[in-house]
Amino acid sequence: MSGGARVNGGAALAAPPAPAVVAAGLTKRFGAFTAVDAVTFAVAPREVFGFLGPNGAGKTTTIKMLAGLLLPTSGGGSVAGFDVMTESESIKRSIGYMSQLFSLYGDLTVEENLQFFSGLYGVPRQRRAERRDWVLEMAGLTDHRRRLTRELPLGWKQRLALGSAVLHEPAILFLDEPTSGVDPISRRAFWELIHTLAGQGTTVFVSTHYMEEAENCHRLALMNRGRLIALDAPARLRAAMREPILEVRTPDSPRVAEALRGVPGVLEAGMFGRAVHVMVEDAAAGRRAVLERLAERGLRVEGIAEVAPSLEDLFVARVRAAGGAVSD
Amino acid sequence: MARVSRTRLLAMARKEVLQLSRDRRSLILAFLMPLLLLVLYSYAISWDVRNIATAVVDQDNSTRSRALLDAFRASGYFTMDRDLARVADAEPLIDRGEVQLLLVVPPDFSRRLGSGRPAELQAIVDGSDANTATIVLGYTQAVLQDFASNVLLRGVRARLPLTAETRVWFNEELVSRNMIVPGLVAVIMMIIAAMLTSLTIAREWERGTMEQLAATPVTRLEVVIGKLLPYLGIGLVDVIVISVAGVLLFHVPFRGSAALFLVLSTAYLIGVLGLGLFISAVAKSQLLATQMGMILTFLPSFLLSGFMFAIDAMPPVLRLLTYVVPARYFLVVTRGIFLKGVGVDVLFVQGLLMIVFGILGLALAVRAFKKELE
Repeated sequence: MSGGARVNGGAALAAPPAPAVVAAGLTKRFGAFTAVDAVTFAVAPREVFGFLGPNGAGKTTTIKMLAGLLLPTSGGGSVAGFDVMTESESIKRSIGYMSQLFSLYGDLTVEENLQFFSGLYGVPRQRRAERRDWVLEMAGLTDHRRRLTRELPLGWKQRLALGSAVLHEPAILFLDEPTSGVDPISRRAFWELIHTLAGQGTTVFVSTHYMEEAENCHRLALMNRGRLIALDAPARLRAAMREPILEVRTPDSPRVAEALRGVPGVLEAGMFGRAVHVMVEDAAAGRRAVLERLAERGLRVEGIAEVAPSLEDLFVARVRAAGGAVSD
Repeated sequence: MARVSRTRLLAMARKEVLQLSRDRRSLILAFLMPLLLLVLYSYAISWDVRNIATAVVDQDNSTRSRALLDAFRASGYFTMDRDLARVADAEPLIDRGEVQLLLVVPPDFSRRLGSGRPAELQAIVDGSDANTATIVLGYTQAVLQDFASNVLLRGVRARLPLTAETRVWFNEELVSRNMIVPGLVAVIMMIIAAMLTSLTIAREWERGTMEQLAATPVTRLEVVIGKLLPYLGIGLVDVIVISVAGVLLFHVPFRGSAALFLVLSTAYLIGVLGLGLFISAVAKSQLLATQMGMILTFLPSFLLSGFMFAIDAMPPVLRLLTYVVPARYFLVVTRGIFLKGVGVDVLFVQGLLMIVFGILGLALAVRAFKKELE
């Protein structure tokens, strides 16, 4: 998937639609600690907007402020046209929210959970059965509707949580790390659901710390230490990256990564799967410096090549550019 | 505050009932514990003194002395199956606790009675349990008084060592379960609050479900009332079961208005449950909530309400403390309605206090319950 999937490009047809979500200098402090530091962005209607960053980057806090669960310390914003400072209860009626930790009732069945949230969201009585069946179908839980929720595998629980959050057909959906701890196949299925919902007109605001998942988003906001360090379509973010990336294949990647840090011309070196990704100032000079250092240390190299940067490389580069360390 | 939505309220209450129905520990606490307490307090822990083991040394052995002893026997409080020859024989029996009361009729008993001089009867009581000893002496005096008046009626002037004329009203037989059952109603409601309600909000915090709940448009009042309703139902069922069981199984009198009793019980329950929810909202963890529940609701209603210990007999500091224990007033209500059959005219102040308590408990719970996360 590439940046071509962006939906907000079609604004020429009419006056640009009002953004679904706006954050304007949104800030949250807990005592002396600034969890979210003057974050500003806007999310267009029907957009799948990704929030990427390591744990502790401020993603969850930002989402909670936008979902009306936490009051911002300063700055402001709006969701579905409602002010996050003063209209949190109106926001809650217009959005669906899925928290980071599973937070449905384990001692209720799948169906009972859906019924409960239908009631709380005021789904009209005559529509409840229809909405319930739609969610069961979407989440693939029709055959497990009478099972206690706590007995379900995590991937299923997450689909049920997503289903509970869209029972009332909200215009905007906030998903806080919906796939963390879920196996890759379930994760893919989950993203298909997200795209189904987006295709039906829902604005999806989703956070993740899985870099490869972030590729699924129309636009991506990179967060580190409470700050927004980049915001664009994934492909454009990558295209904007100037530093070449060398991939070193080696049987001993931890020691190779260690050995390459501090070599002149090498900006960053870190493990990437079983290989090592090295960010350098210049591809040719960097390659010579890397091979020299590894020969010096007697470390074996199976291959070295320049590769397209991954989102992870991009993230590291952006953190560097912002002059900070990764908050993890 | 936003309007209460019936749909959200019912969804909340229904969820609570479903969760309760699957939680065995809560079900036991809600339905078995009250019955267990009722049986325990009414049967096993009886403060009544009956079947007083009595030994008799009848040195007179006359018609009159036998009549006196028959009077003791007929009262039903004394078991008199030991006739001893000498007072000395009784000592080891008292030491071993086999005999609680020793009656010694002196040799000149009937002679003195016949000649109109004061006759004496020696009663030796095992005083190691002061409470029991006092009651035994009371019964002994009552029998003697009765006997003496019969003697006087027959035109014989006699003076027996008689003391204060006592009459007990409303609980004529001084049956302790007549006091216990109405008191238990108040205590059991506190248990429901302390043990059950105090867990419900804390559980949501602990399990993380509060986050999802807080993200919905449900209002604080809806959460509090929705959670309260099922427990109010359980509480009222318990009140009715305990009262009916008390009346049918233990023959506790119920002399007042059942409607008034239910109305005031409901008000008290709302206050108690609100207090439990308040504790739950403040504690945010089930363990802390249980401990706070024990200290703030259960123990005071058990110890400082007048259920276990008479308030008049407490040290002044504790006595002052009892004024803020709601169970104290509710106990007046239950005992008043059960035993005295009094109505609103007498229970006006207590009734008003119950309603104030109900509103206060509810307000506390709504105030303490926050939808914002930190």
